[in-house]
Order: sequence, then structure tokens, then C-alpha cells
Amino acid sequence: MIANYGYEDGSGHYYIKIDTAKCAECEGKSCISVCPEKLFATELDDFDDEVVIIREDVRNTLQTACANCKANGKKELCLQNCEAGAIGFSW
Amino acid sequence: MITAGIDCGSQNTKGVILKDGEVVAKALIPTEFDADLAAQNVLNKILSDAGIKKEDISRIVITGVGREIVKWGDVEVNEVGAACRGAKRAFADTETVIDMGADSCRVIRLNPDGTVMKYEVNDKCASGAGTFIEAMARALQITTEEMGDYSLRHTKELATNAQCVVFAESEVISLIHAKESREDIAYGVHMGIANRIASMIRRVGLTDKYTFVGGPGYNKGLISCMSKVFEREIRVAEDNMFMSAIGAAIFGTEN
Amino acid sequence: MAEIEKVEYWRWTESNWKNPDIPDWHGSLITAGVDIGSTSTQAVILADGIPYAYSNMRTGSNSPDSAIGAINWAMKDTGLTLEDITYTIGTGHGRVNVPVSNKTVTEITCHARGANFIYGPSIRTILDMGGQDCKAIHCDENGAVTSFMMNDKCAAGTGRGMEVIANLLAVRVEDIGDMSFQIDEEPAPVSSTCVIFAKSEATKLMRAGWSKEKVLAAYCHAMALRVARLLERNGMEPDFAITGGIAKNKGVVKRIERIMGVEALQPKWDTQIAGAVGAALIAKDLVEKKRAKAAQ
Repeated sequence: MIANYGYEDGSGHYYIKIDTAKCAECEGKSCISVCPEKLFATELDDFDDEVVIIREDVRNTLQTACANCKANGKKELCLQNCEAGAIGFSW
Repeated sequence: MITAGIDCGSQNTKGVILKDGEVVAKALIPTEFDADLAAQNVLNKILSDAGIKKEDISRIVITGVGREIVKWGDVEVNEVGAACRGAKRAFADTETVIDMGADSCRVIRLNPDGTVMKYEVNDKCASGAGTFIEAMARALQITTEEMGDYSLRHTKELATNAQCVVFAESEVISLIHAKESREDIAYGVHMGIANRIASMIRRVGLTDKYTFVGGPGYNKGLISCMSKVFEREIRVAEDNMFMSAIGAAIFGTEN
Repeated sequence: MAEIEKVEYWRWTESNWKNPDIPDWHGSLITAGVDIGSTSTQAVILADGIPYAYSNMRTGSNSPDSAIGAINWAMKDTGLTLEDITYTIGTGHGRVNVPVSNKTVTEITCHARGANFIYGPSIRTILDMGGQDCKAIHCDENGAVTSFMMNDKCAAGTGRGMEVIANLLAVRVEDIGDMSFQIDEEPAPVSSTCVIFAKSEATKLMRAGWSKEKVLAAYCHAMALRVARLLERNGMEPDFAITGGIAKNKGVVKRIERIMGVEALQPKWDTQIAGAVGAALIAKDLVEKKRAKAAQ
């Protein structure tokens, strides 16, 4: 499943895409530990696979939360460290 | 040299006359539905207050969102150019300008020589603009002016979740029903805005010397929350409402 | 669909329904799904996967009570009791507060499974426009979610945004659809996304002499463009359907169809029960899987 967490408002769209099929296979799940804002968490999905999600309480503040990481001008830390290639950004 | 700066905002139209670097007249009137008329009225008021004839003014400079409509100025300057000139005049060491109006917010990072390095604008979503605070004040049934004092009297660190003005109004009402105090809710509202502005500032890069211009600068609660988030003093220029008009008048003295 | 009881409540109607083709329960498998939303709660009772009864009521201030209340109201004329239900799944915002549920499942999963039942297995794209959020769901022929995208941060593109404009123009929400077509020519969409800015823009348009109908057309047009973007970003594939409160607003639905170049399917059941019926179907699948395992 492609899960898009985030939102769109007048200023633009801010979604983090997680491909849970890839994520369920991933053992390291490094995204959780490398994110300085602790946006990622795991959850047993409806099919009892352990997948990564974006925490519910931060889904509507992604533009703010990712601003520091994106301001570096480099690839986001979660993207750099995602071994499964499961993460994508809409902005 | 005498110049006039007129800042045609979405809510208020501000005008100043600058004579040899000194503000000799200033006026503010609500823009309402005719930006052109408001600008003319402001100009007439500052001319008569200063006792100066229109012919004596070297340049009339127009700035603000109403630039699209008010076409009789001698020259125009965009909102960024006006705000940073105004801020730099108030605090010469300004590194970052936060310019908040009723419908927009700009964060401008300056080079040491005062030129613009980069900036961020949000004029598409009301969540980071003065309108947001006004709507929350209405929901709290207090005036916009009271928001600041209420917020400063907060007793706990209440966090609000809703960011959209429309959803935040409902959230404030349910917080009132949940017996949260108006003081704590006002604080939560201001912290929410401060965090949204912080994300804009991160995108232009953090600095040490911040200057706030624009109407919400009168709101001490908001400024206190912003200082807390940035861990830096947020300086508010005297006459913060007029900073962009002054900046426009300064622009008129250049070249 | 005979609605046997109706209670007027504020803007919408509480209701319950019992399948007239199933006069009595004869020991078949009974599963239940409860969808506790922020404003309404639905309970669906399935007998061997066929809707036996359902109810749709307002969510009270106490979600556990609402959940049990909805199940009991649905079962009112069936002769069933809570003990007859083999498995119950809770879903929706308040799903953690369903005391009788054996399991909780996210509303996206339940909604897709429910839409597969309500519209048939050809459904691939579902747009759910509620009062406070907007969801785009793409699913496969089994009703399993392949991708989803949701927006509940911003009121633009939700029923709440429409209400703000309706209030401004002093128009009833249910009249917007028809009014928005009483125009000579489709106007350009309202340019502001933000509801607050769109409100000022609408005021300016009225002052410039636009009729209410024309302003509504411009707003419905803008809303349709916005959700079309959400659909495209998430993946748009026919068959396509729209659920949620806005599905009743033709002014938005017809414009979405025009922009996307597809027609939305007509539902065979009340779309408000999509989440609950999906939950009850997943409950049935789970019980059957468990029984099959036990039989091995």
C-alpha cells in the first residue's frame, strides 16, 4: 500500500509517501532513529505486518517539522537512510 | 528631501511623510473596499498634518498588496523592499525581518549591507497571518488587543492542534467548553503561530537579530511566544504598523 | 431500503433499517462493524455477509455509549442480542472506544472494503469528502487499499469550507448544488485556496455585482479543482465514486466529473455506512479464516 501522510493547504502540498509493502520487508527501519524530529513510528497494519507510519500527531505539521532537514539542501536524512527505498516526499 | 510612503495593506492603509530622514506625519485608515480611495485619503491626511503641499514632495512611493490598484504614485516598491528598509532604519543590525500583516507573513533574511539575501512568503493560507489571531480573539469573545495580555497571564503550556483558521475556531470553542481558561487558550494560539513562523525562518536560515514589523507587533503575547520559540529577543520597532510605509518613503530618497 | 424510523436531528437524519428479505435469524454467522466518526456513528449487522440491519446516529459526547447504542438500535427489530454477534470490528476516529469490539481497523481499510461492497468490485478510486476531511483512496478488485491520501489540516475542500461560504451568502447547504448551475456561463474558479481568503474574495465578487449563483459556481469549481489534484496525486483510475456529505452536492460532483472526464458510480446502498459495512465484512473474513484454520 502507498500511504501518503500529510496535508495540502493554500501554500502547497506536504506529503510523505511510504510504500508499506517495501517497509514491511525492511529489517533496519533506520528512518525511525535518524529522523531528528522523531516523525516515524511503527505500527502493526491491518494485515499484521509491522510497517512504518508517520505519527498521527505530527501529520499536519510536516512542513514545519521537515524544515530544518530540508534547509540543509541535501537529501533528507530519512531518504538517505531508507534501505528499502520506501520513502518519498511530495515537496 | 521630502518623500511620502503609502502602504496599501489588505486591512489598513498607512502613510508617512519623511523629511530629511525624519517622520513628520503619519496616518492610518481602514482600507475597506476601495484601496485607491483609502490611499488618496491617507495622502491628503498626512499632507495636511505636515502642512506640506503635494508639489513639495519629491516622490510618492506606493507599496503593499494594493499596488495593483493604486497607480498614481511616482514609483512602486514591493513589500519585501519596503519592510527591510523600515526594519533596518529601526534597528541597523537587523539580520532577519519578520513582516506580518493581516493576510500574509514574510520572513526576510538580509545581507550585512541591508540587501535581501532570501525571503519566504505565505500569503496563501491564513494560518500564519494576523487574521488568524483576530478570528481566535472573536472565538474567545475578547478583542484582538486583549489577546496579548491574556496570553501573558497564562498559567500552563496549553498546546493547540488545529492550524486552519476554520478548524481552529471550533477547537477554541471546544477548549472553552472543556473549561480551559481564555488565558491558556490565547497562549496556545500564539505558540501555534510562533511555530509556523519558525518553520519559515528555518528555511531562510537562523540568525541572532530579529526585527518584527507589521500590525501584530503590538501583541506582546505573540512576541513573547516567538522569543521563546527562537530563544532570541524579537525586537519590535516603535511605529511597527508604519514600518513598510517608512521603508517605502526611504526607497523614494534613493537614486 | 425501507427506513422504518427517522428522527430529525439538526441538519441530517438519524435512521435505522432492517433487511425485509431476512425475516428471522437462522443460526447464520453474524458479524458487526461500528464506525464512530466525529459527528455520526453507524453500526452494520451482517448475516453471512449480507446486510441484516444497520443504524446511523449522532455521536454523543461518550463514544462507548454511542457504539453500543448504535448496535442496539440496529438490532432493535431483529431479535438479536449482543451475544449473537460472533465478531465485531470498530473503526473511525473513535474506534479505540468501542468496548464490544474484538479488533479495530483503520477507517481507510474499512472504507475501501465497504466501497467494494456498495459499488461492486470494479471500483478503483474513491473520493470521500466529509465535514472535516477529504480522502482519496485507490483500491484493488478485492477492496484492499493500494494507495491513499488524506487532508484534514485545511478546511478548503471539506464540507466545513462549503458551510462557511453558504453562511456568508445566507444560502442553505442543500441548495448550493442547484443554485450553482443557474448561471449563463461557468465563471473562473475562486482563486484563493484558503477558506478565509476565499470568503473575502466572495465578498468582493458580490460587491462587483456577481449573483450568489455565480459566486457559488466559482466556489464549487475551485473546490472541484482542488480535490481533482488530490485524486491525481494519489492515482486516478475508473471506476470512480464519491462518498461522504459532499456527494450530495451536485455542484461539486458534476464539476469533478467534468474535470476528471469520468462519471461517478451510483451507489446501491447508503454510502454513509461504507466504513461500518467494510468493518463487518472484514470481521466475517477473519472469522471464516479462523474457522478454516481450526478445521485443518
